[in-house]
Amino acid sequence: MTTRDWLLDDSPSSRLQASLGRAYRVTAALLRNPLAVLGAFIILILIFAALLAPWIAPYSPVGQDLSNRLLPPSGAHWMGTDELGRDIYSRVIYGAQITLTIVLLVAVIAAPLGLIIGAVSGYFGGWVDRLLMGVTDIFLSMPKLILALAFVAALGPGIENAIIAIAITTWPAYARIARAETLTFRNAEFIAAVQLQGASPLRVIVNHILPLCTSSMIIRVTLDMAGIILTAAGLGFIGLGAQPPLPEWGAMISRGRSFILDQWWVATMPGFAIIVVSLGFCFLGDGLRDVLDPKQAEGK
Amino acid sequence: MTDAVPDAAPPPRPSPQGGGSEKALLDIQNLRVSFPTPKGRVEVVKGISFTLGRERLGIVGESGSGKSMTGRSILKLIRPRGRVTADRMMFGDTDLLAQSERQMRAIRGARISMVMQDPKFSLNPVMTVGEQIAEALVTHQKLQRSEIEARVRAMLEAVRINDPDRVAGLYPHEISGGMGQRVMIAMMLIPEPDLLIADEPTSALDVSVQAQVLDIIDDLVTTKGMGLILISHDLNLVSRYCDRILVMNGGQVVEECKASELAQAKHPYTQGLLAAMPQMNETRAELPVLERSQWAGT
Amino acid sequence: MGGHMSAITLTDLDISYGDTQVTHGITLDIAEGESFALVGESGSGKSTVLRAIAGLAPEWTGRISVLGKARGHGIDRQFSRQCQMVFQDPYGSLHPRKTIDAILSEPLTIHGLGNRGARVEAMLSAVGLDRRFRFRFPHQLSGGQRQRVVIARALMLEPKVMLLDEPTSALDVSVQAEILNLLKRLRREQGLTYLLVTHNLPVVSFLCDRLAVMRHGRIVEVAGVEQLKSGQLADAYSRELFAASGGEIAGG
Repeated sequence: MTTRDWLLDDSPSSRLQASLGRAYRVTAALLRNPLAVLGAFIILILIFAALLAPWIAPYSPVGQDLSNRLLPPSGAHWMGTDELGRDIYSRVIYGAQITLTIVLLVAVIAAPLGLIIGAVSGYFGGWVDRLLMGVTDIFLSMPKLILALAFVAALGPGIENAIIAIAITTWPAYARIARAETLTFRNAEFIAAVQLQGASPLRVIVNHILPLCTSSMIIRVTLDMAGIILTAAGLGFIGLGAQPPLPEWGAMISRGRSFILDQWWVATMPGFAIIVVSLGFCFLGDGLRDVLDPKQAEGK
Repeated sequence: MTDAVPDAAPPPRPSPQGGGSEKALLDIQNLRVSFPTPKGRVEVVKGISFTLGRERLGIVGESGSGKSMTGRSILKLIRPRGRVTADRMMFGDTDLLAQSERQMRAIRGARISMVMQDPKFSLNPVMTVGEQIAEALVTHQKLQRSEIEARVRAMLEAVRINDPDRVAGLYPHEISGGMGQRVMIAMMLIPEPDLLIADEPTSALDVSVQAQVLDIIDDLVTTKGMGLILISHDLNLVSRYCDRILVMNGGQVVEECKASELAQAKHPYTQGLLAAMPQMNETRAELPVLERSQWAGT
Repeated sequence: MGGHMSAITLTDLDISYGDTQVTHGITLDIAEGESFALVGESGSGKSTVLRAIAGLAPEWTGRISVLGKARGHGIDRQFSRQCQMVFQDPYGSLHPRKTIDAILSEPLTIHGLGNRGARVEAMLSAVGLDRRFRFRFPHQLSGGQRQRVVIARALMLEPKVMLLDEPTSALDVSVQAEILNLLKRLRREQGLTYLLVTHNLPVVSFLCDRLAVMRHGRIVEVAGVEQLKSGQLADAYSRELFAASGGEIAGG
């Protein structure tokens, strides 16, 4: 029996086989969507660029060479050089590390936090719900950039504070989604059944409710990543994110503003990078939604 | 929002005749409905044929038998990806297969109507009952406002709703299931179609209300000389309210008989189905179970 | 048949949902080993009675006692070993992301019972499901198969009392027959007490010993199944229900 047959077996003989089979079906469905494949491909390139930067970047990202300032794209410098003679292509590649770090850290902090708060709020209802949603609303009403400014004023500029600021303004949306999902099946019979078996609220939330929220969370987080990248770039643009000489894409665009008419590549190249990566996340998120959305997937 | 004028000139009405005369109301030959699945195209209706005069025909089957699909394909309500083919699908003199979507719109509601299962889902929640019934009427005819109101009131009375003016102003969530279904019937019969297809019209209703609703359908159908196709999973119900019965299983018609002769059904599936139902005066220790060779191995 | 111990005793049970009072003064005594039906239409409050006994409808006054012990208003871990519930909708009562094995093992895990694999397999075969269903997901099973899983799940903790909320209403006729046979057999084999809620009188005729007819939250009649079979129900509403279900009223 080939691996594929084993995965697609209608009657799995172990829990592992059943879970792997399910994962395989989902992945196969995802790969049938060309845009999703493109999105996944872009993100893979992002990851590889970030991981392999020291080996694939032709020049150092911070090495200045003032005699070679503001050179247009050429064979030696694929994306040209900036005002300090640094190779823009190398800086874009190293910038992928920063982008990936920001995106991952924000997702890792905000998503679980929002998920748990939303699920607990939806499951218990009553005053717990009102309290948690009140807190959520307070954070939801804060505009990201203004909060980042406040943080920076308090703690000083830098990537870490930018990440915390973005994470704090991102988790409320996830909490709302998780709560809405929880409410849709809070009164379902399968939840009643496990409650009737004597399960504690912790068990019900962790084993039964959270798994059902993860699909919409994954979709939302993936789609949000584009927004997170743009927010980080925005912070970098106003000088609040990564500090020089770090090759953060937003900061690079900001620096290139002064030269945009004559040396367009300084600002535009990092801009392209941002667009392409954001698009990649959007395509992948859309593809995941088509595949994971229970209204479209199940229903057999 | 509503089209007051029909899109295309409606095809000529079939002449009113008793059942079993030369020109059948509905003539279906070799109807097939198929859907694409990851494992290839699957036929859910596998070549069924029947004719219908101005009589009451019951189509009975369990879930997956294809009975609802049959009803929908007559009205060409099956969305693309699903494919409907037939050797013949004649409604009086009209060839349903040849009708375009625009022409079908002139037929739906005006010539062939359909009542569905759950009024909760088939009534528009943001329009009052009266508005919805009126809409069904003006979609196909241009009428004066006062005449519309009179027709709506008359129709609500015909479905035995006691306070028609008050009910016409209510929203669907303010009326009970049984009343909602009667409103549905009013909506579907007000344009005076020739054929009514009722797809599980009472499955979502309480037992005591079921009889009322079916009596109303029965009454209206016979007084107006309409044809009725009653689709249901309930054999007893269908035998009480229909003249003829078609039993469907796995996309095919396995039995065709007169309702009065249901107890003498010949096909093992029908006999099995009759035997498997618990009786009011049940004395058997165990209910006989259908041999399900189609489901072998699941 | 069971001894003189009462399986379920309800005294003057008034259940409310928020501001609405759904049942009024329900009083019933169901003996151990008996199969009892609560019959009525939608809105009669019959399902609410089951939920109150189970602990899913906590707002009630009166007394509920199961197997001699008084019931509290919420869910009780000990109680879950004695009384379990089978739900109506096979499509909504199984967690869509869990395998059948996970669904059936969970009650054992919650109560720290061992030997899970063997018990799961034994239960699957007791409800007539082949072993190859064990690691499938609910969407890969038909309605009847899912309902068997629901019954199996309810029996994993070996309760003596089963609350059944319209267990076959959502099933096709042929599948219903199988499930009814299964329920009858399990009761006989394990000496279970059934409290069955249904609107389908012939099912009561097949499966039950006694029945209570409910209307608008009140019991209008308690009768033996023989009275149902012979069409000799006393109350006017009961007779109406009987006739609407296709029964023929006896005599006058």
